[in-house]
Amino acid sequence: MLNPDLVGRTFTGATSTTISQESITAFAHAVGEENISVAPPTFGITVTLAQSQSLLQDSGLDWTRVVHGDQRFEIHTPIVAGMSLTCDCTIESARVVAGNEIVSVKADLLSDSKLVASTWATLVFRG
Amino acid sequence: MSTFIVGQELSPHTFIINRKKLVTYADASGDRNPIHLNEEIAKSVGLENLIAHGMYTMGLAGQYVSAIAGSAHVKEFSARFTKPVVVPADTDVELVVSATVTEVNADSIRLEISAVCNEVKVLGMAKALIAL
Repeated sequence: MLNPDLVGRTFTGATSTTISQESITAFAHAVGEENISVAPPTFGITVTLAQSQSLLQDSGLDWTRVVHGDQRFEIHTPIVAGMSLTCDCTIESARVVAGNEIVSVKADLLSDSKLVASTWATLVFRG
Repeated sequence: MSTFIVGQELSPHTFIINRKKLVTYADASGDRNPIHLNEEIAKSVGLENLIAHGMYTMGLAGQYVSAIAGSAHVKEFSARFTKPVVVPADTDVELVVSATVTEVNADSIRLEISAVCNEVKVLGMAKALIAL
């Protein structure tokens, strides 16, 4: 069970991730995209999911029981190689439904304190 | 740039998903959850077989959306993972992605996206906003 005190709190990403051209190219090729000058629209997940995972694992949730419920992206600026991104995660809600714990996490990607993309994930921890 | 009208159905595209591609996506995304890579582990946690990453399916749908005006023009993209895409060994699974135009603005369009695998919808409420 997630500590209810964590809901509504924002965890500021302490480290930044510098996006390499290789990582954009590999992701683009994996989803069948030939244009590698900007990252595909779902590329942000490579940063946000890892941050959400470490936050929720540190909070005591069992990542081996997780199922991705839904995902949303609002992209303000396309991600390009050389960008240095930090990720701020906010646990927006946590509730238990039929023995499963459903956690909604907003993850903002920032470059030089400027918002690049906001993402929302619903993660279902199977009971 | 072509002209869009509300209700217009965009041509479907079929993507092939197989286990080799899941390994490629796992490496590229960093999501190496074994339920997407190891049949035994997938079955041990109650799944009928190995399943694709929801984000891989969404990534392919994202490629479909990107093809309309380019990756840089995709402003919003969302989906629910309603049913798993089961990927048996040595099998190419077909994912058919299509879209309907739901809104046309001066500088953008909204789409409702369909992603179907073996006649089952695997994404729900899938939507995108594309800047033109």
